[in-house]
Amino acid sequence: MQIFTNTTYNFTRWRWHAVALSLVIIAAGVAAIVSRGGLPVGIDFSGGTIVVVKFDQDVTEDQVRQAVDPIPGEEVVQQYGDAAEREWLVRLAQTDAVAEGAGLEQGSQQILDALRDAGLPTFELLSREIVGPVIGADLQRRGIYATLASILAIAIYIAFRFRISFALGAIAAVFHDIVVTVAFLVFFGYDLSLNIVAALLTITGYSVNDTIVVFDRVRENLRSMRRDSIDHVVNVSVNQTLARTVITSGTTSVAVLALYLFGGEVLRGFAFTMLVGVISGTYSTVFIASAIAIILSQRKQASAASTTASARSEAKTAPASGRPVAKARSGRKARGARAS
Amino acid sequence: MNKNLRWKVILIVSVIALSVWSFYPPGQKVNLGLDLRGGVHMIMRVQTESALRIETETTAERLREALNVAAVQYTGLEVTSPTAFVAEGIVDDQAFRQVAVEADTVFSRSPGAGRYTYTMRPNIANQLREEAVTQAQQTIERRVNELGVAEPIVARQGAVDQILVQLPGVTDVDRAKEIIGRTALLELKLVEQGPFPSQDSAMQAVGNIVPPDMEIVSGAEDVAATGGGTPGTVYYLVRRVAPVTGRDLRTSRPTLDENNLPAVSFTFNQDGARRFGQFTEQNIGRGLAVILDNRVFTAPIIQSRIADEGRITGSFTQQEAQDLSLVLRTGALPAPMDILEERTVGPTLGRESIEAGVTASLGGLALVIVFILFYYRLTGLNAVVSIVVNLSILLGMMAYLGATMTLPGIAGFILTIGIGVDSNVLIFERIKEELATAKGVRAAVNAGFDRVWWTIVDTHVASLISAMFLFQFGTGPIRGFATTLTIGLLANVFTAVFLSRTMFELVLSRRQQVQTLSI
Repeated sequence: MQIFTNTTYNFTRWRWHAVALSLVIIAAGVAAIVSRGGLPVGIDFSGGTIVVVKFDQDVTEDQVRQAVDPIPGEEVVQQYGDAAEREWLVRLAQTDAVAEGAGLEQGSQQILDALRDAGLPTFELLSREIVGPVIGADLQRRGIYATLASILAIAIYIAFRFRISFALGAIAAVFHDIVVTVAFLVFFGYDLSLNIVAALLTITGYSVNDTIVVFDRVRENLRSMRRDSIDHVVNVSVNQTLARTVITSGTTSVAVLALYLFGGEVLRGFAFTMLVGVISGTYSTVFIASAIAIILSQRKQASAASTTASARSEAKTAPASGRPVAKARSGRKARGARAS
Repeated sequence: MNKNLRWKVILIVSVIALSVWSFYPPGQKVNLGLDLRGGVHMIMRVQTESALRIETETTAERLREALNVAAVQYTGLEVTSPTAFVAEGIVDDQAFRQVAVEADTVFSRSPGAGRYTYTMRPNIANQLREEAVTQAQQTIERRVNELGVAEPIVARQGAVDQILVQLPGVTDVDRAKEIIGRTALLELKLVEQGPFPSQDSAMQAVGNIVPPDMEIVSGAEDVAATGGGTPGTVYYLVRRVAPVTGRDLRTSRPTLDENNLPAVSFTFNQDGARRFGQFTEQNIGRGLAVILDNRVFTAPIIQSRIADEGRITGSFTQQEAQDLSLVLRTGALPAPMDILEERTVGPTLGRESIEAGVTASLGGLALVIVFILFYYRLTGLNAVVSIVVNLSILLGMMAYLGATMTLPGIAGFILTIGIGVDSNVLIFERIKEELATAKGVRAAVNAGFDRVWWTIVDTHVASLISAMFLFQFGTGPIRGFATTLTIGLLANVFTAVFLSRTMFELVLSRRQQVQTLSI
């Protein structure tokens, strides 16, 4: 069986449409973030308290809400998982009153007391999370640092193995995927948590993975298709790897979808993030990463062509060509091309 | 089968056998994280300023005593911050400096005359902070051990003053927190006056000025002493300096008092016994306040010289008496603690998470296998085998390394399936392409693996880089994810390339002329 055999879709022609589509999604995401006054961070980063309880009989959302309403500060009440499980989550934002020391525990105790005193059915404590502002700020800092540092490290690796314009293309694709995924998280009302940041970090790896496969093929083709424009080479490469790209992201999506559906409430945000990220990663590989690599490569060629002398010397030093190339146009740097 | 191939097969079979042997049975050999087995994770902060304040107060008190003994005049001696105190109204500077020479080792004295500010030397302050945190960690370790928690973690982490405490499988979290977080500073001090029914009446008794060497401490009224009257808060005027403290204890255990109520008895070590004996001998007929964490528990009258034993009575339950003797036995914390972060997972949620995780993994694996066999036919079997072997190696390595399996770690398993499929697809698609150029099956398979090798290296390195930062960023559960991801990636290079290729070679070596490949 075979899909996408010898396809000749002209992906590069659509690159501006793709960039426009991505910008629209990103703009909508930014608008949503701004309109709700900042990124929706969960208690892992903002500090606060989450209590999850399981009742032994059915309760309505209003009952739970009324029970915890008298607690000072803003309470969030959510059904946790299936309605049949009778599990409820109550979240208390970090207030100044509980910002210091021992007061931290008061919030969770207040929630439990309020639920106990409200005459609701008996319940069992499933989980309790208390995060102080110190830890929240610390985790936030480390999350941002880890994401940026990992992108940078991957970019250095790509620049080392390929060329700098490819690394920039890959970075752009990774940023694109992270921003688009965050936009979708906002649209679907997820709060950024530790697990979701872990998923975002995984997405950086995955997205680059996909991009590298295409770039590897571009590098290989650049050697055999020396007379073609880089547009064409990239387009052929994207087409050649299209079957692999689609099958891989398809199977990964299926695996992550299983996680989303059956993995339980704790991992739902993680699975959702992965799902969006995988799809966005595939899209950005085909459209964004290659488009940016092309744009940057062309600019380099243009500047190379304008100064003939430098272009000639560049052509002479191209190691993979083996012989001096006559035309400045094809003085494309083969640096990083592997001698296999 | 040629010799080379035979060795490859032997290597593969032994890796599989070793992995299965490592993790089987998984229920016993794979470490479950807190989020799967239930328990509590806490980050506590040692209030190191209190430790510094204690040092500053002690030094100021010693100086006060020394000045009194040497009859050096001063009008005021006051602690102004955790690391500083001020001495005022000094007439004879020369004599003052001579008496105060002891404080100079820890504190630096401001220049001038008549009024001096003593500030703790920064290197000593840092050293004291460090000691306080180390001591707190050791005390918590002892308490956790006494609690009988299996495989606890007590470690320094993050900022200088933070301690990570993980107690897997603990169900009574509140009790554990109470025991771990209790300062448990025991002090025995001489009662000067009291008990008073209110703070005001205590102040009146001393003419509204508490003498500098005394302090007012609150406590519950001793029910036994008042013959079962309603207990309320009472106040005692006690001496500041404690002749013996919890540090002088040798051991402590729960016991019963003369009314058969739970109480806590303790014995002093040799040095403490000598000092306590001397102290009680000199103060027969006066009250002795047993103060725990700045609260008077009992204040019996000293009847006779007591050498090495004491008892704390109060309205304890049996459990409270047991817990109190535990914290006394394990020593006081050098400073109070804050809880910065707490995550508790109940056993029910842990169980549900394991079930959900296993369902998701098996569901994901089943879906992927069906798709691959449908799409790649017989060659798909190759991919299925290499993915299943990859997961076995992953599980085996986790068990062998003693790595912890967490819920995000299960997600790592599912992602490993995805990565495994990716590499196989990459190779198979390439083989298909090579087949299309009519090179023959053997050449196509070889070219497929060769061409794709560096792509696989590049993609795996990129993923390993992000897994590395993930590990560095995350706490417990997320580290579990980074660990599974890393091992899964490494195992994948072995299975998707080496194992899969060997399987191709094995099948192809049996046939002389290969015309077609089921791919």
